[in-house]
Amino acid sequence: MNDDVVIEATGVEKSYGRVRVLTGVDLRVEKGTIFSLLGPNGAGKTTMVRILATLIKADAGSVLVAGHDVARNPVRVRRSISLTGQYAAVDELLTGEENLRMMGRLYHLGRKAAWRRTDELLEAFDLVKASRRPVKTYSGGMRRRLDLAVSLMTRPPVLFLDEPTTGLDPRSRQAMWDVVRDLTVTGTTILLTTQYLEEADRLADRIAVIDHGKVVAQGTPDELKRQVASEYVELVLDDGENYDRALRGLGAAAVHTDPQLRSVSVASDGSPGGFRRILEWVEGQGLAVTRVRVKSPSMDDVFLALTDNPDKSTRSDSVSRKVGI
Amino acid sequence: MATHSRLYWAFSDSLTMIARSLRHITRNFELLFLTVVLPVFLLLLFVYVFGGVIDVGSAYVDYVVPGLILMCAGYGASMTTVTVAHDMVNGIVERFRSLPIVSSAMLTGHVVASLVRNMISVTLVVAVALLIGFGPTAGPLGWLAALGMIALYILAISWAAVALGLIAKTVEGANGFSFFILFIPYLSSAFVPAESLPSWLRPIAENQPITPTVEAVRGFLMGTPLGNSVWLSFAWCGGILLISVIGGTYLFKRRTSR
Ligand SMILES: Nc1ncnc2c1ncn2[C@@H]1O[C@H](COP(=O)(O)OP(=O)(O)OP(=O)(O)O)[C@@H](O)[C@H]1O
Ligand SMILES: [Mg+2]
Repeated sequence: MNDDVVIEATGVEKSYGRVRVLTGVDLRVEKGTIFSLLGPNGAGKTTMVRILATLIKADAGSVLVAGHDVARNPVRVRRSISLTGQYAAVDELLTGEENLRMMGRLYHLGRKAAWRRTDELLEAFDLVKASRRPVKTYSGGMRRRLDLAVSLMTRPPVLFLDEPTTGLDPRSRQAMWDVVRDLTVTGTTILLTTQYLEEADRLADRIAVIDHGKVVAQGTPDELKRQVASEYVELVLDDGENYDRALRGLGAAAVHTDPQLRSVSVASDGSPGGFRRILEWVEGQGLAVTRVRVKSPSMDDVFLALTDNPDKSTRSDSVSRKVGI
Repeated sequence: MATHSRLYWAFSDSLTMIARSLRHITRNFELLFLTVVLPVFLLLLFVYVFGGVIDVGSAYVDYVVPGLILMCAGYGASMTTVTVAHDMVNGIVERFRSLPIVSSAMLTGHVVASLVRNMISVTLVVAVALLIGFGPTAGPLGWLAALGMIALYILAISWAAVALGLIAKTVEGANGFSFFILFIPYLSSAFVPAESLPSWLRPIAENQPITPTVEAVRGFLMGTPLGNSVWLSFAWCGGILLISVIGGTYLFKRRTSR
């Protein structure tokens, strides 16, 4: 195995009874990078994280984390990882300080080191004032921050964060991003899941989009955006009749359509020639267009293009249709 | 970090978990109430309210204290069922499991805390009982033997409570299970002599752990005949302990590795 690859999963499968949650997931995460798992609710992100963090066993496939096989050597793996689950895992009856100190001891820090690190983390996560109160009196965001602080007790080489910023206000989210970025500077490898596409876009070095238990796309944020559509041109039609004609004329080339706004988007390679061809087509058809806008694809577009809504059965079709124009 | 032996850390982890569970006692009003107030309240209730109408052939306080201690242990243990179930449905068990610690340390914490809590109750009940006329005839050895029997019983029932807490899928379910633990003392010779029970209840009273344990404690403290109660109690408590430890550890592994 390459020394720089810290997490390597191959063909990971997992079923619960008849429900096939993961159907062959491959991931490679390099040392000191931030890797984001993206996908709709129920895609299998949490399941994948739990397998990587040795909490559950995969039915098939192999997983190496920090050079050890999670199935054969979970104890070794646990020495190198830390996990913040999707739901806050702190002791409600203990105070914030007691939670941190306890976890420090359980991470096998010496007493003094655990106490010192507790103070640092309380400071870093803005919990000093609340540190002597039982956690059950904390707000949701405070709890989340404490939960994250606990994971950072030992500066583990590999950190798993399952939706770390869900429920955080913008300032806390920003602070969390700063903490995560700082960690990679010292070589920590981070795998996180998120529902915030902006977060994946700004934070992650690489993203894997999972849907229906499979990785449907993987790459840097820019690669993914380019894969889904290069730039596109949005046409806002004058009235319903023109809108219908534009739709009919474009057929499968219409990427986004919005009947309310009467807007139709057409993929374009971003070159002046491509732009001209679209305008010429509009003129040739005699369409009444009120506005033309050139747009770059966002992570939202990536997400919507690559993942499926549950009632659509031919997923591969929709992907190839949207990607292949 | 890794300068200590595995054994050292196994011990240290268990101590950390025990400290956690002990802290819970002071933070949780229900736990505190069940540990401190309820046992004393029950003692006074039994002695002054029921004691007047129950004829056991001697001072009722002398008769009832051993049984009451075991009943309070039941209350204490039933709380353990609930706290274990609570931990299992809470994310915290996940966190503990992603740590490089012996996974059963959490269970050890619960059991030891249960033991400590119940021993506090026992001490309180005995102290108040002595104030209101409890007159045991035992010497130091008798006390030691009686405490030993009580501790063994509490240990067994605490582990049973942990196992029940692991069986329960929800905290409410755990509450239901604990009813079971609370009910058995009433079907024993804890509060009335077995002979005074209706004949169909007698086999139940004579074939369950509380009766021999109560008889043994009573024998050590009050000098009543021991018969084979000590051995029967050992057998019951040992059996419950064995099944609960094995079953509990198995259930814990299964529940946490889905
Ligand atoms: N213990 C379990 N038993 C049965 N089914 C499960 C279990 N855990 C997860 N699943 C199922 O597996 C699928 C994937 O769940 P998972 O929690 O991994 O999704 P997710 O991608 O994290 O979703 P979300 O974005 O909502 O957190 C879901 O359909 C879920 O119902
Ligand atoms: Mg999830």
